[in-house]
Amino acid sequence: MQRLSIRKFLNNKFLAFFLAGIFLIIAFLIGISIGTVNVPIVTIIQIMIAKVFGVISLGSIDSMYTSIVLNIRLPRVILAGLVGAALAIAGAAFQGLLRNPLADPYTLGVSSGASVGAVLTLFFHLSIPFVGIFTLPLLSILFSFLTIFLVLAFARKIERSMRVETIILTGIIFSSFLGAVISLMIALTGDELRQIIGWLLGSVSMRGWEYIKIILPFFIIGSAILIFNAKELNAMSFGEERAQHLGVNVQKRKLIILSAGSILTGAAVAVSGTIGFVGLVIPHLSRILWGPDHRHLLPLSILTGSGFLILADLLSRMIISPTELPIGVITALIGAPTFAVILLQRKRMERSGS
Amino acid sequence: MLSVQHVSGGYTGESVLKDISFEVGKGELLGVLGPNGSGKTTLLKMVSGILPIKQGEIFINGKRLQEYGIKQLAQMVAVLSQHSSQSFSYTVKETVSLGRYAHQKGWFQSWTQEDEEVVQRVMDQTGVSSFQNKNIQQLSGGEKQRVFLAQALAQEPEILLLDEPTNHLDLSYQKELLDLLKHWTAEKGLTVISIFHDLNLAGLYCDRLLLLEKGTININHIPNEVLREDRIRDVYNTKIQKHPHPKVAAPQMVLLPERYQSGKNVEIDESRLQISNEFLVLKSPYPLRTMSSGVVGSGTGWYQTFVNRHVSKDYNCDDHQVEMAAFLQANGFEPTETVGMMTAVWLEDAAYQQFNEEGFSIFVVVTAGVGNAIDASKSELHSFLPSPGTINTWIFVNGDLTEEAFIQSIMTATEAKVKAMHDLKVMDQVTGTIATGTSTDSILVAAAQSGKGLAFAGTITPLGRLISKAVYLCTTEAIQKSQKRKLL
Repeated sequence: MQRLSIRKFLNNKFLAFFLAGIFLIIAFLIGISIGTVNVPIVTIIQIMIAKVFGVISLGSIDSMYTSIVLNIRLPRVILAGLVGAALAIAGAAFQGLLRNPLADPYTLGVSSGASVGAVLTLFFHLSIPFVGIFTLPLLSILFSFLTIFLVLAFARKIERSMRVETIILTGIIFSSFLGAVISLMIALTGDELRQIIGWLLGSVSMRGWEYIKIILPFFIIGSAILIFNAKELNAMSFGEERAQHLGVNVQKRKLIILSAGSILTGAAVAVSGTIGFVGLVIPHLSRILWGPDHRHLLPLSILTGSGFLILADLLSRMIISPTELPIGVITALIGAPTFAVILLQRKRMERSGS
Repeated sequence: MLSVQHVSGGYTGESVLKDISFEVGKGELLGVLGPNGSGKTTLLKMVSGILPIKQGEIFINGKRLQEYGIKQLAQMVAVLSQHSSQSFSYTVKETVSLGRYAHQKGWFQSWTQEDEEVVQRVMDQTGVSSFQNKNIQQLSGGEKQRVFLAQALAQEPEILLLDEPTNHLDLSYQKELLDLLKHWTAEKGLTVISIFHDLNLAGLYCDRLLLLEKGTININHIPNEVLREDRIRDVYNTKIQKHPHPKVAAPQMVLLPERYQSGKNVEIDESRLQISNEFLVLKSPYPLRTMSSGVVGSGTGWYQTFVNRHVSKDYNCDDHQVEMAAFLQANGFEPTETVGMMTAVWLEDAAYQQFNEEGFSIFVVVTAGVGNAIDASKSELHSFLPSPGTINTWIFVNGDLTEEAFIQSIMTATEAKVKAMHDLKVMDQVTGTIATGTSTDSILVAAAQSGKGLAFAGTITPLGRLISKAVYLCTTEAIQKSQKRKLL
């Protein structure tokens, strides 16, 4: 009942978007501001205005601040935001498509698949001609795509109705297997070890603007595809047959949505490693607040997902400062209990017969 | 509207349906029946384009099913399936609005005034608008079913396919839903094809029934032809009996359970009869099929206790049925299991006797008072003044009677009674002619419905002979006893 009243309060879409936007902006500013050297928020805003509009000259601001903000904090926060947004919207899409509130790139094993692609690239120093720096995300995407199809095909083999638990179990099996493959590759490597391990635990530190360039195009393409398929996602969350009866070209749309989800996951994993549970927690929270309609859920997941990961990143570098925790530790600390809560709620609902 | 031509197909591998052909006209309500695994759902899935057609063609409005785009098909055909999964808490209105998907065009698929109107209208029609902002996961099974019906109707289809639409609904909603469907077919020309598990509902509402058996059509005909005892028995492989609906010209089927037989070989005879001053009662160890004209438990039914109650000559009560039921209850009888009659005659004057015949027997009980004897041929000379003086005749048959045997038993018993009156020269006081009975006579025929089958009870059939003789003898004896008491 309390949930309903929250939803009613936020029933106004604009208010919902407004609040989510404010959350993102606050997270963004705090994320840049706090660190080993604290940068005043006013200064950050000044630097931004100077950089974007050129009305204030950068000369009047402490050059140390400028350098910290522009070269270290800003790219880090933007990257965290993009990764969070990509994982959250991909999670929301997977959940809608599979009618499974526990689905998320991490629990489905897609993140692990993308990792294999990324580790292969780093391990063998692969570089696809003409693509250059995009080799890493492209291979990650390819592997996430392959993984999601294998996971779904396998889950369907186990049980035609593809129950929630079956899919998740299959995802975990694949995750473990792919994790072992990665460990094996790491064991076989020599010098690359540090780089791969650091990357595997998930982090957005010391990536720089280069990585933002890598993820941005994929993020835009993937999100746009999903948002244009929001209605179809709504229909498919009532079951594939129902969706087809409603007039949705299920086979085509499913392929499109799975591809877009893989693009987002693959690109996110390529730049930040495997960060779990963002795609689980964010859509779940967004749904509690604004309902399950994907036309709003997807864009809201982008806003809240990016804000969430920026804050998670902030926490990860604050807790044992100056040393940094892997960001995946923070998201798992929040995400795993959320997973448990959703599971409990589902079971309770099944028991009550609905 | 819909034409299915020599269609075969099903899931991968073996074809579930084999060479199915039928047509459905606009505004028709076609019921699809058949045992589990006969291919009903497969048929519906093929018509709705979910399953591929292996052989044959399906035409909708003269156009091949495959030529329709998925959206186009959704504008023509809507489906209400048996199970709908809802993993997320959409509101009722959001759920119903999805039905407009096929009608929305363009990149942004904007929500038009028309869409809103249709959604509001179908929510009103299905009675879900009052909870349109509720979350569907909080609804009961019946409410959910209606929400999904509203969603299907929001598609504004010309053909509606239903897979056991009444499955989760309680009785009143079953009726409401089917009444609504029937109304739409008649008024709006909606074509409905629905799978039914319940043969009786199908018989009540459908214009035509399609009976599937192992993937082929057994028959496609009007309900009365399809719902024939022998056919249903063969297809469903179970014992079933047909009987008419009491109010509507529609066939109804009832299952015959395989229980009871034990204890049924106990005969109804004198030993079961108890007589006191207040009432005469016969308790049967098992319910008997009865046809009677008592005060309580009249008409046809199944009853276990039979009471003939003595009332004083000036018994008068506004609602004698209620009074009688209260009396029965006060004396430890369950009114719903009892046939109750009244008489002013002294109960010790009752005449009863058992008669045996090859394979069956009857037990007859008569109480007779002829103070109010009337000649039926001159009954218009009598004013309507119910006064006591009644002949109550009970006939218990240890045999298995058909409906016609029940009716003939009553005729035969009446004829025997008239003859007894005649031979005793019981006079109608008003007309001065020989009476044929009294104005308030009651009869009960109760049969064990086990043992020897007795199809007829005309006067010279084995059962008829026994009834004539028994009723004649008992009525004579009872009248004589009560006349003797009067003389004393």
